[in-house]
Amino acid sequence: MTTEVITPEEIIKKGKIVFEKTKLMTDCTLSYCPGCGHGVAHRLVMEVVDEMGIGDNTIGVAPVGCSVLAYEFMNIDIQQAAHGRAPAVATGIKRVFPEKYVFTYQGDGDLAAIGTSETIHACNRGENIVIIFINNGIYGMTGGQMAPTTLPGMKSSTSPYGRVVESMGYPLKITEMVATLPGVAYATRQAVHTAKLVTKTKKAIIKAFQNQKDKKGTSIIEIVANCNSGWKMTPVESNKWLDENMLAYFPLGDIKK
Amino acid sequence: MPKVRGAVVIDIEACKGCDLCVVACPFDVLKLDTQVNAKGYNPAIPFNHDACTGCKICALVCPDICITVYQYKPEKV
Repeated sequence: MTTEVITPEEIIKKGKIVFEKTKLMTDCTLSYCPGCGHGVAHRLVMEVVDEMGIGDNTIGVAPVGCSVLAYEFMNIDIQQAAHGRAPAVATGIKRVFPEKYVFTYQGDGDLAAIGTSETIHACNRGENIVIIFINNGIYGMTGGQMAPTTLPGMKSSTSPYGRVVESMGYPLKITEMVATLPGVAYATRQAVHTAKLVTKTKKAIIKAFQNQKDKKGTSIIEIVANCNSGWKMTPVESNKWLDENMLAYFPLGDIKK
Repeated sequence: MPKVRGAVVIDIEACKGCDLCVVACPFDVLKLDTQVNAKGYNPAIPFNHDACTGCKICALVCPDICITVYQYKPEKV
């Protein structure tokens, strides 16, 4: 018994689409470096918004950083906030439009450095928003400077001999910090460098938006991602390095359910 | 030949040749092209068509969302 001989063109013609770009992503080519984890994170958020059917009722808040141009790529309403102030802006939007779904999309330089105060106080107030936090351990857009999340010994343009914890402190585990606050309903750390982890991250984002629907409080999803340009590696090398080093300090999993 | 057949269509001009899909593919369906696209990247292209099952692992890890995956179950003859 043999199966019929079939060409790729026939598969495309006769078969069904099992994966395609979500309509909530625009046709603009992403401005990120080749291999950057931002693209997958953008897609996951937009897929969840699309699948929940809340595209017309969702307002995103873009940060300052590589993802400052998120409004170009996400085909929903987006407000761009001042550096680090995305949770404060999201608070305002959510209070004016309590029926809308509001999320912020921030990097580690934005959320964990200049925006630490806004993040902690928004979480402490238990604002009913979703915070998507992309942690790549470096300031990507400005040229690979040391961020609060840079690992000990990790080289960056402002720590050329590696981060020394005696003078520069330890990497900030901000998701664990805010998980201790009663206003936070859900805090989790995920990654997007393998297909399995991408699927888990999507489930976490679905849960976060569901929490917002149920008015449970703040949900924060940290996504550990690569910055191959900032780390001076190829995309494949950077994902391997992330797996071996970043995940040892920033373990994946739910911190607060 | 796999029972379920798949085919990937890659938007060559959106691809940045990051190699992540090539490494992620469990059946070695993809490779980086020797030709460059308009931006100067070597885009990923499918070459081992018969091995593709449409598992969409390549599309899940693609940071530029330039892969569309089709799946078809051929009838037995």
